[in-house]
This record gives sequence, C-alpha cells and structure tokens, in this order.
Amino acid sequence: MTEALVQALVDMKEAEALQRAKQLLAEGTEPLKILESCSRAMEIVGQRFEKGVYFLPHLMMAGEMLKQISAMIKPLVQEQKAEAKKGRVLIGTVEGDIHDIGKNIVVFLLEANGFEVRDIGINQKPAKFVEAIKEFQPKVVGMSGLLTLAFDSMKKTVEAIKEAGLRETVRIVIGGGVVTEKIKDYAGADAYAPDAMAGVRLAKEWTERR
Amino acid sequence: MQQRFLEASAEAEKKQEERFSIWLKGEGIPFIDDKAAQAYRKRVTLLKDAIQLRQKPGRIPVCPSAGFFPMQYAGITMYDAMYDYGALGTAWEAYHLDLEPDAYNGPTTIVPGKVLDILDLKLYEWPGHGVSHEREYQYVEAEYMKAEEYQDLIDDPTAYFLNVYFPRIFGSLKPLAAFPLLPPVNEIPMVPPLAMPFGAENMKAALECLAKAGEEALRWRAAIREIGGRIMGKGFPAFSGGFTKAPFDVIGDSLRGTQGVMLDMFRFPDELKEACERLIPSMIKCAVAACNATGHIMPFIPLHKGADGFMSQEQFKTFYWPSLRKLIIGLVNEGLVPQLFAEGSYNDRLEVISDIPKGRVVWWFDRTDMKRAKETVGKVACLAGNVPLDLLCTASPDEIKTYCRDLIDGAGVGGGFILSTGAGIQGSRKENVKAMIEFCKDYGRYGKR
Repeated sequence: MTEALVQALVDMKEAEALQRAKQLLAEGTEPLKILESCSRAMEIVGQRFEKGVYFLPHLMMAGEMLKQISAMIKPLVQEQKAEAKKGRVLIGTVEGDIHDIGKNIVVFLLEANGFEVRDIGINQKPAKFVEAIKEFQPKVVGMSGLLTLAFDSMKKTVEAIKEAGLRETVRIVIGGGVVTEKIKDYAGADAYAPDAMAGVRLAKEWTERR
Repeated sequence: MQQRFLEASAEAEKKQEERFSIWLKGEGIPFIDDKAAQAYRKRVTLLKDAIQLRQKPGRIPVCPSAGFFPMQYAGITMYDAMYDYGALGTAWEAYHLDLEPDAYNGPTTIVPGKVLDILDLKLYEWPGHGVSHEREYQYVEAEYMKAEEYQDLIDDPTAYFLNVYFPRIFGSLKPLAAFPLLPPVNEIPMVPPLAMPFGAENMKAALECLAKAGEEALRWRAAIREIGGRIMGKGFPAFSGGFTKAPFDVIGDSLRGTQGVMLDMFRFPDELKEACERLIPSMIKCAVAACNATGHIMPFIPLHKGADGFMSQEQFKTFYWPSLRKLIIGLVNEGLVPQLFAEGSYNDRLEVISDIPKGRVVWWFDRTDMKRAKETVGKVACLAGNVPLDLLCTASPDEIKTYCRDLIDGAGVGGGFILSTGAGIQGSRKENVKAMIEFCKDYGRYGKR
C-alpha cells in the first residue's frame, strides 16, 4: 500500500515511513512507484508548509526521510528514466557569507519539485556565479545570504552578471536572513523570496513561462 | 525534585529595586564631571521608567544595537578591532560620542582574536582565520554534539562539556577528554586518580594554553573596562551587563546545530526537553555572575531558534518556551531584567510570551509587528525595537524618520518603549543612524504631544 507510505511521510513518522518503504520493496512493488509516492508526499508537505501548518523542522524531516528512502531505492532502479526536469536553477551563498542552512532547504525543495539544481556553495565571489552561469546555463539564479554584508555582495553579483552580458538569460531571486523586498531593488534582482517555498514557486513560474 | 523557576518570588521586586539603584549610582564609573554623572543618571532613569511600566519616561530612550558598526564608523577593520584593543577603543568612543545614543553598547562581542587563536576555536571563523580581515566572524554550522550523547549531557552537563565538547570545539584543549569526573573524588583512594591526568605532558600543554589564553583575556578585559569607563564616564550607561542564552538555543545553536535540533524534535523529543531543563540553572547563574560583576541589571539574551517559521506553535510551546520561561523567572527572582532579543519575527508567539510577570523584562523585537506586540506582550513588558536593517543600509534619512515616527506612534504610546534596531547595525549608512537617534530624541518626548 503506497498510500500508507505517503501518509507516514506526511505525518512525519520517520520509522514507520522507512519500514513501509522497505516492506513495499520486499513485496515487489516497482521502485519507481515508491519514489512517486515520495514525491506525492513531498507535495503535500509543501502545501502544508505554505498554509502555515508545517515549518522548517518539518521540511528538514521530510528531506531526511526522502534521502533515506532514495538511498534504499536508487541502486535498484536500473535505468532511471530520464525524467523531464522542470528547469535548471543555479544557487549559492554570496561572497563573505558562510551560511547555508536556508540555501540547502531551498535546494532540497527544488530537487523534490523536479528541478535540476547546481549548488555552488557558500562564500562565492561574483565571478564564480558568472562562471557557473556560463557553464550550467540555468534559467534561474538564487542568491542566499544571512548577514547585512550580503546586500552589497548581491548587488555586486548582479552587476557582474550584467557586465558578462548574461543578465537577460537568467531570472534572479534572492533570499535569507535580513534580505527583504527592498534589498531586491537595491541589488537589482528580479524577486525576493521570503521563504523556501516562495523560492520554488518563483522558479516554477519563471521556468514555465519561458 | 522540587519544581523551581515557575513563579516570581515575593522578594523579586525588592531585589529589582536594589539592582536598579546600584545601576543608577554607577559606583566606580570615572565621571568626567557632575554634568556627565547627571546625564548618566537621567538616561538610566529613562530606561528604568520604560522597563517598570509604572510611569511614562520623560522621553523614549534610543538605544540601537551597535553591532560591528563602530568599526565601520571609524574606518577600521574587524581584524584591527579584534587584535588591537587601542583601535577598538578609538572606534567605540568615536561612535558613541559623535552619535550620542542613550546607552553604551560595550564591545564585549568583539572578542579578542588572540584568545581564539591560542585555543584554536572550531565553532567560528574570524578575520585572518577563515574570513578576510574586513569581514565579521561567522559561526560554522556543524553537529558538535552527537544525537546519541544526549544522555551524557543530561547526566552531567559539566563533565560533558569538559570531556567531550571542549576537546571538539577547542583544538588546543583535546587533553581535557581525560579531565577526571569530580563527584567520585570524595574518599582517600580517589585522590591519586584525580591527580594523575594532570601529570601527563599533553594535559600540561593544554593547561598552559588555557593560562596563556586567560592572560590575554584579562588584558582584553582591562582594555574594554577602560574603554567602558571612558564612554560611560561621559554620561552613557551600558545597555546590558551580562549574557546568557535560552536553553533550546544553547543546544540548537552550538551543540546539535540547526538541522540537528530540528530533527531531534521528531527523533529525540524527550531527551531534548530534558537537556533544556538541565541547562536552566547554569544559564541563570551565568547571567547573575556577569551582572554582579558589572553592577548592571540587564543580561542580554539573543533568541534564535524559536522565531516564526523555525518551528510550529506547538513545537514552540513544547520545546522552546518552557525552559526559556524558567530562565526568565529565575533571572527575575534575582532582581535582574532579562533583555530578550527576539531575532526574526515573533508574530505567532506574542500571546505565549506574554505569560510573564509585569514590568520585569524587555522584549526586543526585530521583524515583529510592533503594533500587535504593543497590544499583547506590551501590556506586561517594555518593548524595544525595531528599525530594520534593510532601511538603515539602503534607505534615506527621511525614510528612516518616517519609519521611526510610525514606530513611536504605535509602540511608544504610554511609555514602555525603547527605540532600537532590529539587529546589529553594521552596514548602515551613517546619516541614517544619526537621523534615527536625533529624530527619536525630539519626537520621542512624551511631554511634547
């Protein structure tokens, strides 16, 4: 019963969810079907987060459960069908800032929502963003930062992208810590995401529209 | 065991008055003249009236969180400030004497770099040690305590810190893993095992490191006391005089880490709650000792992991608030005024955190709706806040004034309010900080309107 797995995942029952997944595999359930159930569960978790029923700890727990079930199943999936990825998102924490918890949650949610994500890590200089954009050719660029020093780093990164002639090829979203709508204007980004799901929503909007 | 820290004691009020009078007297502060002493006492009185909620102060005190701004103001780097106490003092003096906020923010968070170097602290990266000279120090997220160690922490927090945590977070203190357990040392056969670890060469080296770090820390303390005397002596009382943290944040910030503690709420709920309880007495004593040493009434308590979004309301009520409330009550019973700095937003928490004795704490907010705060927790506590950093860093002085006007019109009504900033003001435009302070001193006068 994949429904019971979905339910356990949605209810944050880690031990039960892992047990159910194991049992489903033992019963001969198609591995990809189990992964689909996980995606369905993640969708519900995301909805609850947006409604203010679930919060960061729930997203992290969901991520943990998904990671463990994937590790259990991925080796069994011989030829993973090339899923139609939604689009490419490049993400990193801007220069001077070494925080990444928020960014990591966004990465997890983007991946759970079918995006192809490249995470360039923390404390990344504008040139690194530019280089990665050239190489990875994302549609969306996410910049993260917790401290006020990120304001100027974000501004400089947007400028560097502009100077490299790449500004028109990407949509830029910023988020994290003390970042606000006002900083979006200051930095010259396209949008500010107040939370992780808002970032995913923007990425969906932008990749679907193009 | 007897339940403690649940209600304010009968002596709490008297103790608070005693501590206020010590702070007001400012004994030992080298006032440059009578005028400076009067200015100091006038400012303490403004804060006291705002805190106690008995009468409106003469005007709203304006006490921004200086953060790392004074360095930027004086044009020195973070590295300079952490390694050159003379430069630190010059910067601190320039900021306070030029801009004249109503309180002095001591540079106690500008910790001496040499002490960190000697101890080889792993929790942070600091200028010249992981980040550039211009950048502020930053926390390195990791699980410094493993999930399976909760029981050890609960059994004996001191032993856990000495034997397990310190060897992990201080590269130079690894030999402390062999520091003996103390309760067994109560009989004659236990004396040799007590002494043995201290004879080992590596332990001697570790203790030597601690002694060196201690000497440097004492030099730093002498320097910041001198800086404090210089600034307070010109009429500026310190805004806080000690430091402690909410038990949940002790675990979530620097033991288990953000991800660790968030998962523990699902995986190890009982252990997490018990560990929080276990840390309460130590966190109370830590603030009391510091405030006794400084003669101050307000321990600064930055709150991190309980903000809106960081957990559900149910989780807040289960994991975060019970031990924080006990910490608050424990401090109130010592006559102290906990200065609770709620980073992020606390809009969902306002009702829950109103369950505190009246006129005994300061709730300092960042992104919280101040009008709603005034209608809820503002009825029992002095509020502080919340000029936002995005404005201070990027807006114009006029926008700052407009924000402050709204803030005063909302949160300032009837007293019980200190105008402050939502976070340390590093990155702010000088003219904006100046506009905020000057505007509040004028528009914040209660007699005026």
